[in-house]
Amino acid sequence: MVPFFFVACESNTIPKDALLMKEPTTEIRQRQARRYATTDEKKVLISAVQLLQDLGFNTENSETKVGLVVVSKDRSAVDGGQVAGQIFAAVILGVRVPIDKDQKIRASVVTCPSADRKAIDVRVTFQRLVWDDQGQLCKLERLDDPEMYRDFYEKLSKALFLEAQGVG
Amino acid sequence: MIVKTPIVLAISISFALSTALIGCATPQRATDGEVSLKLRAMQSRSYDTVDVEKAIRVAMATLQDLGFVIDNADAELGTVSATKLANAATKMTITVRLRGKTEILVRASAQYKLLTVEDPTFYQQFFTAYSKSMFLEAHEIDPAAPGY
Repeated sequence: MVPFFFVACESNTIPKDALLMKEPTTEIRQRQARRYATTDEKKVLISAVQLLQDLGFNTENSETKVGLVVVSKDRSAVDGGQVAGQIFAAVILGVRVPIDKDQKIRASVVTCPSADRKAIDVRVTFQRLVWDDQGQLCKLERLDDPEMYRDFYEKLSKALFLEAQGVG
Repeated sequence: MIVKTPIVLAISISFALSTALIGCATPQRATDGEVSLKLRAMQSRSYDTVDVEKAIRVAMATLQDLGFVIDNADAELGTVSATKLANAATKMTITVRLRGKTEILVRASAQYKLLTVEDPTFYQQFFTAYSKSMFLEAHEIDPAAPGY
């Protein structure tokens, strides 16, 4: 009977800190955004789409009128270390530990004319969802690796034949 | 070994069933008239501008600033939807529409996991950031007033 005492209900309340909407630090904004000296917003969007396609993303959504492209790609999330850990747990402890299996990486690119209308601001954000080998969604996170953003803008600058300037 | 008599067993089973059947407290539904109006008021603001496109672009920029990734936008319908992933997903939808001839109405609604966000502070935080980016003052609205 004891387990019945511990039947937990899904919480009906939202943790306070989950709803805190902190504005990003200048560092995060600078990492995610660049300014290009052009007034051709459509060209910037098209270049971003082509670049993301080169990187293996599929377009999920777009709205040119307000400068938005949303893309995603599915990749394996299997990590050698995790697999070794799973084998260790199975052999030594006799338990099955779930490991990451699949991941969906999503990116959204938002463009906007700068306040003086002489340039286009671009901001890209990446996130990923990871499912374990039992099909459970186990990780939801924003990707903050500076190298990834730097690489994206280096490639976008080359595609646009324009040098990117920082924003923020 | 514990030997259970039929009576003890019956009591145990009925207790187990009653425990299992105790439902979780159902939160008050936002579909109730009064709650709906209150919720709508905390989710809505009006701004003295008719530039819907700018309002949508600012909504996207504000959401990105607040850590959301934009999922979708439709300039014709005046909607933006976005998700923030941090342990669990918070989904947010912003709608922008003209209200009369001189102002727009911006409404933000959010969902955390399967729950509607009904915390006024959450919406206040959003509109504070949004108003700053719009360079405009937000007006609270009365959702029961004609022409809402």
